[in-house]
Amino acid sequence: MMNEKKRHKKIPRDVLMFNIFGSVVSFVFAMVCAIPFYLIFINSFASEDTLIRNGYEFIPQEFSLAAYKWVLREPARVLYAYRNTICVTIIGTSCSLLMSTMTGYVLSRKDFPWRNFFSLFFFFTTLFSGGLVPWYTLCTRYLGFKNNYIALILPMIFSVWNMIIAKNYIRGLPYEMIESAKVDGANDLLIYFKLILPLTIPLLATLGLFTALGYWNDWYNSMLFITDKNKQSLQYFLHEMLTSSQVLKDLASSGQTEELEYYTLPKDTMRMAITCVTVGPIIFLYPFIQRYFVKGLTIGAVKG
Amino acid sequence: MSAKAKIRKQTESDFMKPSFLKTVCKHKILLLMLIPAVAYVIIFSYIPMVGIIMAFKKFNYMDGIFGSPWNGLNNFNFLFQSGRLWSLTRNTLLYNVAFITVGLILQAGFAIIINELLLKRFRKIMQSFMFLPFFISWVVAVAVVQVIFGYDYGIINKFLDFFGAQRLNIYVDPAPWPFLLVFFNAWKGTGYGMIVYLAAIAGIDQEMYEAAEIDGANIWQRIFKVTLPSLIPTIVIMMILAVGGIFRGDFGMFFQLIGNNGALLEIGDILDLYVYRAMASSSNIGMASAAGLYQSILCFIMVMFTNAIVKRVERDYSLF
Repeated sequence: MMNEKKRHKKIPRDVLMFNIFGSVVSFVFAMVCAIPFYLIFINSFASEDTLIRNGYEFIPQEFSLAAYKWVLREPARVLYAYRNTICVTIIGTSCSLLMSTMTGYVLSRKDFPWRNFFSLFFFFTTLFSGGLVPWYTLCTRYLGFKNNYIALILPMIFSVWNMIIAKNYIRGLPYEMIESAKVDGANDLLIYFKLILPLTIPLLATLGLFTALGYWNDWYNSMLFITDKNKQSLQYFLHEMLTSSQVLKDLASSGQTEELEYYTLPKDTMRMAITCVTVGPIIFLYPFIQRYFVKGLTIGAVKG
Repeated sequence: MSAKAKIRKQTESDFMKPSFLKTVCKHKILLLMLIPAVAYVIIFSYIPMVGIIMAFKKFNYMDGIFGSPWNGLNNFNFLFQSGRLWSLTRNTLLYNVAFITVGLILQAGFAIIINELLLKRFRKIMQSFMFLPFFISWVVAVAVVQVIFGYDYGIINKFLDFFGAQRLNIYVDPAPWPFLLVFFNAWKGTGYGMIVYLAAIAGIDQEMYEAAEIDGANIWQRIFKVTLPSLIPTIVIMMILAVGGIFRGDFGMFFQLIGNNGALLEIGDILDLYVYRAMASSSNIGMASAAGLYQSILCFIMVMFTNAIVKRVERDYSLF
């Protein structure tokens, strides 16, 4: 009896072979995905001398906190960038959620007579666009986006795809609920805030995470519109640090800069340190974020 | 118009008018709720569509979009004569084809592999690692390039030194870039796509697997006869979305990895990058918008075309 049970539980040979093969393949790819982050992290603690002698290493010969000291010696720009990104992410994400669910709610109402017209009106913008140049000209010449915080918020505040996802989600809620609320004398705005919004929390979590990630990782709008160093976003600050110290380095090797201080900068480890400082919060929140993403993805996978 | 018809039209409009107003009145709150999004889309999508006329103008900043003098088709002539258009279009298309193909194979492949793994904990950890690059902006990819492929201190070059091979200078040598771009695209996108497919696999009816087991199917038969066919709808939808955008390059990735590096532009220049460069240098805004319009039209044709084909083959899968 015991023997039979055991045999029944035994994993078949083909499944076992596939598992060994699958584990190796996915382990290799997972390492390819994760090792760059490990390398950036560990080398931000390397001393510049080790780095110049041995290059980037899996375990640096000599550890040092010099890079972080330099980064934090003048923390104003890092802090400004952090402040900008955090504010923009919070304001942008909440406004974006409000807009997409509110619009999605109206278009999901079966008794709204122009819902097909407006659906097409929104959907058409995903098919055809005027392109970057007219959009950019409009924003800078007519809407005053240059060095204005709205330039970091407005371009990403409304996404038709998110609106469609919200519409489909709200359409899945029982319609009788809305009808009975109307009978009770609630107006449409009240129904939206009191009835619909509380029921869309899973949707809000997913769309919110996507949107917040978009805002957090945005460097493009800073590049296009912001020249004032104190108004730039975190990712653009990182971009500038990664590329402009490159410029300094080129200058140094051609011997055109006389600044002594530049030579003492731990340039390469500083780049790694800045990357860690900017990426840190996401990696820190990653286990939490990932769980919601995976849960919410099925919501996003609904066809338009 | 005869008097009779006129009267009829009048009565008709008299009849229609109150009813239309009444409907507006009845739904005024819903209409008010639409205003922010409608205004947004008009300002940031429809007005730029009108702004396409920039492609036919000799644009200057002072006169603006509407005040600048017309320029006929000169911008387009200039664009075609620059001789870059064909290679830009080809690059954009071929890179996207490579990204889509490699992406599909890796995403669906890893979803199937991960799904079959028996060690749940190991599975979760692998999944988390693969998903990680999705959360990071392309800016960070620049740091990754420095650490892994950098000329002076990069890991790869250290290995090449060790084996006595010649160092790879990817900032100067364009040859490895097609592979690198495909690699970075897969690096960043596989985790996300894999989870979409994993969600689809989770939705497959378990009874099918039980039936297959009773019939004595081995693991390969289970994958190729049950899992893969069940994934086809998801694959098709992902493909339609991807093919529709085949002339729209990933600006963030190309800008961060290729940027303005002249040595790499021959092999890594795409339409989006070209439009941006032409605009940023503000040497010829008109030509930049002409290039943008060219790309928009290509994209539009491509979406309509894919959708029409899908509609003909399998109506349920079409987007609209």
